[in-house]
Formats: sequence, structure tokens, C-alpha cells
Amino acid sequence: MSVGAPKIPVVVAEVVEVNELIKRFRFVRRDGAAMPIFSGGSHVVVEMDDHGTRRMNPYSLMSHPADTMGYEISVRRDEVGRGGSLYMHNHVKPGMEMVLSQPVNLFPLDARAKKHLMIAGGIGITPFVAQMAQVETMGGRFELHYSVRSPALGAYVDRLQQHYGPRVHVYFDELRQQIDLKTLLKSQPLGTHIYVCGPKGMIGWVHATAKAMGWPDRAVHSEEFLAPPVGLAFDVQLAASGKSFTVQPNQSLLEAIEAAGVEAPYLCRGGACGQCETEVLRCDGHIEHNDHWLTDDQKAANTKIMPCVSRFRGAALILDR
Amino acid sequence: MTKTMFEPSITSRPVYGVLSPGVGSAHLFVADGEGAEAVCDLFAKAEAAEMKSASHIIYMPGANGCDRSAALQALGVAQFYRAPSFASAQPRLAKVLADAHMGLQVYAAGTEGLMAQVATAAQAAGLPYEAVQMEHRGSLARRVQCVHCKGVTENVTLDPFVCSHCGLSLFVRDHFSRRIAAFQGVNIDAEDPGLVPASVERFK
Repeated sequence: MSVGAPKIPVVVAEVVEVNELIKRFRFVRRDGAAMPIFSGGSHVVVEMDDHGTRRMNPYSLMSHPADTMGYEISVRRDEVGRGGSLYMHNHVKPGMEMVLSQPVNLFPLDARAKKHLMIAGGIGITPFVAQMAQVETMGGRFELHYSVRSPALGAYVDRLQQHYGPRVHVYFDELRQQIDLKTLLKSQPLGTHIYVCGPKGMIGWVHATAKAMGWPDRAVHSEEFLAPPVGLAFDVQLAASGKSFTVQPNQSLLEAIEAAGVEAPYLCRGGACGQCETEVLRCDGHIEHNDHWLTDDQKAANTKIMPCVSRFRGAALILDR
Repeated sequence: MTKTMFEPSITSRPVYGVLSPGVGSAHLFVADGEGAEAVCDLFAKAEAAEMKSASHIIYMPGANGCDRSAALQALGVAQFYRAPSFASAQPRLAKVLADAHMGLQVYAAGTEGLMAQVATAAQAAGLPYEAVQMEHRGSLARRVQCVHCKGVTENVTLDPFVCSHCGLSLFVRDHFSRRIAAFQGVNIDAEDPGLVPASVERFK
């Protein structure tokens, strides 16, 4: 959280290689105090000092929400990304000091649901690990449908199946196993809520299928963090703080604003939460809107921008910041 | 009777739409009095024809005596059930919701008290409030909870009115509780006991 709440100084307690693509990190507080209890679905922003470049990536918490001794995240190695996951994989070792944000939940369970139907794709499993632990503690009803490429890449499959038994359903792409979504959605008791976290295609598929089958919008929840896309360098001017600078190809606009010493609001840094919404005072060119927050009309108007993931091409961009 | 127009008010005051055929595996209608006409209007639409075999209508005559059972029965839906009152239909409604699957569409039509209680039952079954389609028809009489004794008085037409439970004179607010499915009635002569303005028929 950027505004007000103090950050959490931590030390890396454990790094576990889950499989060839995924590593799990456990953080404890440097002062030995307890972490805040979080709710399943929460994420933290991990700050990295990548050899002079400041990276701040959001990761879902996957430890038990009641475990105040530490927080755990799982990071999937992304070879073509901007480098945050590679930094976590290659440079973060036990004993290292890092900084986390307070936990923020943009993907909470709806406590009014009679049953929670969780649908995960790949690394999208992480928020559900915490949510299942929470639902089990509260005696709630849930079912997990987890789709993953292969048994070798099925992070936590064994652990989850062992602990939750038949409530966990696993599908391996390599074995041509697929979630039979229509049959699954047809048989759910009234009051079931759907939660989906995974690749963009999966999220769209679940939303569209549920809608076509008469599920209310408010009973279908999803979370997709976008990594800020790389792009061409562009110039930006900040009217309120009187600064001008260039946003580098592998830097987000928000990161460039921060690098210029201007404090800007943010929460998720992934185009989902709306916290960093910024007024555009002048736009001579084209804003590449990459967020899930602004409506299509707002995007077309080019009067607002989400600097965490969106970019610009053109002659001049002036922001009210 | 056509769609009712309501004066703009505070945000807690419910607003209603016009029933339209929803997409889903089953359709549950609950209506009272003139609300039957909203259901008939929906089924008059061409796209509603194929809904009939998956539709269930629960109907009760209005407190004003309006009974359109015959028109609803003539629609030929899969199930039609006529109840003498909402209270008597409640166990059936709860059972239907408990046995239902996601994909069920819920529609409520008629008086505000009826629609509110249907929405409350749907929420108790785990459906979001927004998932219930509502259309107001007929009487504007209100279901009002006395904020002092918590008793609910049905079919309130006068403002102020005398609480049927504790006897206080209550001013009827637009403040509405979705949880209790009732408008809130507040004692009007708390500071000057006995100084009660003349009742006006505000909710005909």
C-alpha cells in the first residue's frame, strides 16, 4: 500500500525449488514480530533492488492466513518478462533483507456464498492455497479445479490432494485432460460463487460460460495481474510537480514517476485495483491502455491513464501529478 | 396498471425495473396482486416462449383483493402455485431455492414488501441481491419495521401510523433495510409526546 501504511521489513527465511519453473519464498519480519493476519486472496508487493533498478511486483500470499510467523509466495520464472521473476529466482537467497507492502486483498472470498468453486490455471493456484486453508478453518464448502501443463509442473498438486482429498480436481494439458466447464457449472447448488485465477484466456472463458448459463455477474470473481508490458521509450511531463523525463522501454510509467522522486498512489501495480488512476491533461498521441480498470469509454476519451501498466506513443503527454 | 414512477430519494430506497426474459436453466417467479400483469407481459414476449417449460410461478392475491390467478394459470408454465399469502408461501419458496442450482433466474413482481421479501429469501440462499429482477405493480403500501420495538407492520398506507406492535406513532422513512426487507418507522413524537401530526395517505 503506498499511502500511509508502513512497509514490512523482512528477511528471506527459506527458498524452495518447487519445480523447474516455480520457487517458493518465505519471509519473516526482521524484528521478529508477528505479521498481520491476512485474508485468502491477498497479495503483497515485493520490492527488489535489481542492481540499481527498483522493481515492485505483486505476488499472492499462499501461506496459511492465520500463520503470523511468516508469509509465503510462489514465483514462476518468466524468461521473457521484464526481469522481476528472474531476479527472484536468480538472486534472492535465504538471509537476504527485503521489503514487503502490507497485504491487500483484491480477490476475497464472498462470505455470503454457500459454496466456493475455485478454478485455477498454472501459477494461478497460489491465492487458492490460502483461500482453501481459510475456508477449511471456517468449515465452509469448496471445490478446486486446477488445470496445469504436466504432472512435473503441477505445483502443490500432491500436497493439496493429500490434504483436501476429493475436493481437489486436477487436469493435465499434456494428458489432454480439460475442465468440463459446462457440466461443472450446471450442477452447482444455488449460492455457489466462482473464483478464477489463471491465464487471460481461462478467465475470459469462465466469465463467458457462466454468463451464458445464467450465473449472476456478482457470483463470478477473477484476478489477473498484468506485468507491465515493455514498449518504446516515451517522454512525459508532470504538471503538478513540474518534472519531465523519459520512460525507458523496460520501465513502467509508474516506476519512472517514482524514479523521478514523485510519490504516486498505487496498490496492485498490475492494472487491476484502480488506485493509481491519473488525470491526463494533454495527450498528443495514443495511450496504450493495458489495464482492467478503466471502461472502454474512458479509454477512448484519453483523459485518464493507469501508469502501472499503460504506455504512450506520440508527441506529448502531460499528467496531473 | 403500468410501471410505477417513484420520486428520487435516498440511496437505500430500492429502485425497480421491468421484468425481461433471463438466460438460465430454470425460472422462478414470485408475484402478488397486480404483479401478475408484469409476469404476463414478460410471457407475451416472443423470446419467453421457450422459458415456459422451465418456469415456476408462485402467486398470492394482493392485500387489496386483486387476484389474477386465472391469467397466470392460463400461461401454461411448468408449475403454478397459488398461495393465500406470502407467509404461507414462504416454506415453499425456501424449499424451491434450497433445491435449485446456479442458473436459476429469480423474478419478483408486485408490491414492494413482496419483492423485498423475495430478494431477502434469494440472498439467504446465497444469490446476490442484484440477481433478482424486480418490477413494481399495484399498491404502494409499505412493509415497515418499527425501529423501537422491531415489530413489522404490513401494508402501511398512512404516515404517520400507529405501530401494530408497540403502539408508538411512527414516521415512515425512505430508509430501507434489505436484510429485514422493510422501510424504517421512527417515533414521531419522541421529544413532544402527544404532538402527532395528522396522518396522510401517502402510500396508496
